[in-house]
Amino acid sequence: MKFYFEKRKALSVKAVVLVPVVSFVVSLLLTAVILFIFGANPLATYAAMFGGAFGSGRAFTETLVKAIPLMLTGLGVALAFKMRFWNIGAEGQLAMGGISAAAVALFASPWIPKVILLPAVLAGACLAGALWAGIPALLKTSLKVDETLTTLMMNYVAILISETLYYGPWRDPNGFGFPGTAPFPEAAWLPRFAGRAHIGLVFGVILAVALWIVLDRTRWGFELKIIGNSQASARYLGISVERNIVMAILLSGAASGLAGGCEVTAISHRLQQGMSLGYGYTAIIVAWMAQLNPIAVVFVSLLMAGLLVGGDQVQMMMGLPAAMGLVIQGMILFPMLAGSFFTEYHIKVVRSPKAAVAAGGAA
Amino acid sequence: MKKLAVLGTILLVSAILFAGCNKKPVEPVAVEKPKAFKVAFVYIGPPGDLGWTYEHDRGRKALNEAFGEKLQTAFIENVPEGPDATRVIRQYAQDGYDMIFTTSFGYMDPTLEVAKEFPNVKFEHCSGYKTNPNMATYFGRIEEARYLSGIIAGKMTKSNKIGFVAAFPIPEVVRGINGFTLGVRSVNPKAQVKVVWTNTWYDPVKEREAAVALLDDGSDIIAQHQDTTEPQKAAKERGKFSIGYDSDMGKFVGDTVLASPIWNWAVYYKDTIGKAMAGTWTSHQYWGGLKDGVVALSDLSPNVPEDVKTLVKAAQDKITGGWSIFSGPIKDQAGKIAVKEGETVPDDKQSTMDWFVAGVVGKVK
Repeated sequence: MKFYFEKRKALSVKAVVLVPVVSFVVSLLLTAVILFIFGANPLATYAAMFGGAFGSGRAFTETLVKAIPLMLTGLGVALAFKMRFWNIGAEGQLAMGGISAAAVALFASPWIPKVILLPAVLAGACLAGALWAGIPALLKTSLKVDETLTTLMMNYVAILISETLYYGPWRDPNGFGFPGTAPFPEAAWLPRFAGRAHIGLVFGVILAVALWIVLDRTRWGFELKIIGNSQASARYLGISVERNIVMAILLSGAASGLAGGCEVTAISHRLQQGMSLGYGYTAIIVAWMAQLNPIAVVFVSLLMAGLLVGGDQVQMMMGLPAAMGLVIQGMILFPMLAGSFFTEYHIKVVRSPKAAVAAGGAA
Repeated sequence: MKKLAVLGTILLVSAILFAGCNKKPVEPVAVEKPKAFKVAFVYIGPPGDLGWTYEHDRGRKALNEAFGEKLQTAFIENVPEGPDATRVIRQYAQDGYDMIFTTSFGYMDPTLEVAKEFPNVKFEHCSGYKTNPNMATYFGRIEEARYLSGIIAGKMTKSNKIGFVAAFPIPEVVRGINGFTLGVRSVNPKAQVKVVWTNTWYDPVKEREAAVALLDDGSDIIAQHQDTTEPQKAAKERGKFSIGYDSDMGKFVGDTVLASPIWNWAVYYKDTIGKAMAGTWTSHQYWGGLKDGVVALSDLSPNVPEDVKTLVKAAQDKITGGWSIFSGPIKDQAGKIAVKEGETVPDDKQSTMDWFVAGVVGKVK
């Protein structure tokens, strides 16, 4: 008897609906076992997690605060992945966005009229993110340098640049030596609409809809899809693969740069430690769970943010160790991601050569 | 559209499942007495760091013993300094906690932000300088205990190089290094204190690496301002002595730890929570020293000779008797007189201290 995976010929509706449901139930059950071993009531724990993330208006605003950077970076990553450009660099692009926003807000503000200061700051963030992503894109298209490595390594460079700045020349002279820049002028603060939730949410939703329209309804989107499916076919059809990849990756980087710009202008109002908490990496999970669909990214980032915020409740309300929150997050994500595999593939069981022929005939 | 359907289903199922959970009677985590005063602590590291957070958590546990069922405490560990801390602090405030202690310098702005939003909740921030009518600060003159430990290090170094693994170049740490160095120099004017910054409070790997670098450079005693015992362990592995910090690190590492300047937060926590429960709490800036018991020098290791013990005892009596370790004459790194004879550094200048005394090798900026 042999097992192997076979790609489903068509997406079966039953699989599309059942697989995520079953994966989610499996994850909850698996997690319940672990919680039980640690002496916690699984139902109470889930209730605490859900309450902490979505249970009240105030709690929900904090979930939004985390969802916004996940959404923006998730969209950037999804766009790059659509073209099979493995941009692992959202984290660095986000950091460069934060640095650039800080540079404009702190040092260019005296020369920029107050009314357009915030747009200038955010434009600076987009530009820096785009440039940071553009380097690996150019290296890939002109020299065939593997982008997985370059984007990943440039994350560390970007984070080190930001640390060098706020530990060194940009350190707040009135900050008693603690690392971090001076606070930005208030004209460069991105408005918040509830709690700490800010209008970066609007940017995220607009970008999601725009990307969905571009990818599904425009000629350029169609070209990008063809490049993603087969570069050879794209070339055969006369599509400029290099130019399109660079353009799309610039856009991808700009989205992550904007995420960084929003974080510093709306949340911390300065460049400091803790600007990103791995949002750029979590964005990869968000993009995959959303199956690279921009509209789905909006909802998946909300779910993921809820999981992150709710994870803290495990400690705060249930008195479990901090690592338990991470374990639960992993336990919930893993079957979900594994499950998405089964929407595209199914297991084929072969009992004997004869049966295989029969089964093949039946399928 | 199918992908949307997948998502819709995920959302729906999660909503149904979670809604189901909510309706069932949720077992309370701790037995809630109606009048229990609820206090929360926000920690930078885990209580298992055996240092900074360990001591705060010992303080928290002492509260449970002291107040029994009248008090309910909770804590969260590993909260990064910066914007994410705001969320955690606010969560406790909105969950009905009466008083919230935030125990790292980088929580200062987040604590103030939440304090302004919740005027009926009391906040206490450890080691900062910003206050509000409902936000107090508290800290201790650990540099007094560091001065005493400096005497031991100054007497026992053979290479006249003492390594100091330090977190951030902020006044709290600078003051400690200065206090330590003044203690060293009071008994050994030739000794130097070499500083390496790690730019982190809690990172066992970086703390160890910094200690190893100092040992490689020839330091034969390692002192520190970090959260864990790693620098002490690194010194022990090289067969060198060390000076601990936060907790009595000799208990965890062994007799190579000659002594540790330690925190005794229970003294302060009992007092301020007692006031809050009695309704007499007001915003304040607490800064206790050796004589208040909030800071102390641990028991000395058997490796410390009797004559050194006598010196330490004499200095301790002098400090608890009211003498300031920042009494002049004190020279700065350039050799210029920074504090004249007969003068002392006033508290407000101590709380913003950004210069090193003579004998320190390293830069604040």
